[in-house]
Amino acid sequence: MNLEKIKSEIEAAVLGCRLQIIVNGSPSGQHSLLLDRKHAFEVAKFLRDDPELQLDYCSNATGVDWLDTETSQKVKVKQLVDGVEQEVEEVRKTRTPGYLEAVYHLYSMEKKHGPLVIRLRTENRIDQVTVPSLTPIWRSAEFQEREIFDLYGIIFEGHSDLRRILMWDGFEDHPMRKDYVEPNDYEYEPTPHDAVLEKSIQARRIEEQR
Amino acid sequence: MDSELKMELSRQGIFTTTLEDLYNWGRKSSVWPLTFGLACCAIEMIATTMARYDLARFGAEVFRPSPRQADLMIVAGTVTKKMAPQVVRLYNQMPEPKYVIAMGACAISGGPFKQGYNVLKGIDRYIPVDVHIPGCPPRPEALMDAFITLQKKIDAQSLTGKDRPRYLNADEPSEFIVPEYGAHDLEPPKNTKLWNIIYKATPNGRATGEDEPRKD
Repeated sequence: MNLEKIKSEIEAAVLGCRLQIIVNGSPSGQHSLLLDRKHAFEVAKFLRDDPELQLDYCSNATGVDWLDTETSQKVKVKQLVDGVEQEVEEVRKTRTPGYLEAVYHLYSMEKKHGPLVIRLRTENRIDQVTVPSLTPIWRSAEFQEREIFDLYGIIFEGHSDLRRILMWDGFEDHPMRKDYVEPNDYEYEPTPHDAVLEKSIQARRIEEQR
Repeated sequence: MDSELKMELSRQGIFTTTLEDLYNWGRKSSVWPLTFGLACCAIEMIATTMARYDLARFGAEVFRPSPRQADLMIVAGTVTKKMAPQVVRLYNQMPEPKYVIAMGACAISGGPFKQGYNVLKGIDRYIPVDVHIPGCPPRPEALMDAFITLQKKIDAQSLTGKDRPRYLNADEPSEFIVPEYGAHDLEPPKNTKLWNIIYKATPNGRATGEDEPRKD
């Protein structure tokens, strides 16, 4: 399946939709298609119903958490130093807000092709975390979208039964987010290493403060 | 009773025993487990009861579907934090005398999921465990070994005196706190009367821990 071709087909079928191909640089080269939230439902419907594509099976839906990123750039700026104009290097930091992402893997049982990877992004990762639900189109996404809601906190608009699925109802955190802080209940391990060693040092500090 | 005298009498054709021996023999020979499995260890537990390994040889073939009729809880598998309150509640509903075998790495410590966010780090945080079986999952032989260990333990229990088991001591609890779902973790995260860890900090950051000896 040619992603460029699919993209142009979608753009012809769904007016006004904004698509973006996310290139995967790894050897697998599994590029994906980023949909805009407004038209995602229409695009998904097209992907399922188009006689050429017939992507009738959503095998996997998962989430990704992208943290805020800070990039620093060295910029040459003209400045007056001792009355003489000089070029001075200045470090400028730009902060890109993070977002949450839902990723769907689509296959066609009828045409025996796939996967087509589509992504949906939220506005940010704090308060605007809504994306349209694709469960009305692929029923198999129901539990997986609930899982994404549970572990990442993405709210799927149009989902018929959006509840937590793994953790209990009163639970407040989203454990798969990168900034999740787990409750401090470290206990003795004979060979702590890596992240566990960090925890054991933390636990020791807490113990010493008592 | 003096064991030599007992031997001598039995040589003469007189069989003597004590109420305690009879009572314990009866109990250890018909330990009925609760029908209850949580994960892959349960498959090994089922295999143990089937013809090849045949736990029935030890008097434990009747898996009871109700906690009211069960003597033994085999915690076979990963106890998630979501499942822990139900496990403790089932234990509380069992009549005394009751015993617990924690089967497999997950049930005894959290196992490979120990550092995870949704798995309890061992069921002995909430209920008293009589026999721990390591392994992932333990083979049926290991479960049978644990079962025989439990039988030996039951056999050695005395009905009176200071060493009498928990259920014969009115001051000891028969029910334990059922944890509640909190906003971030179970509340409380452990029953401190049962489970307490002391850290001994060492300079290289590796903490060594020791279990507090438990009287049970």
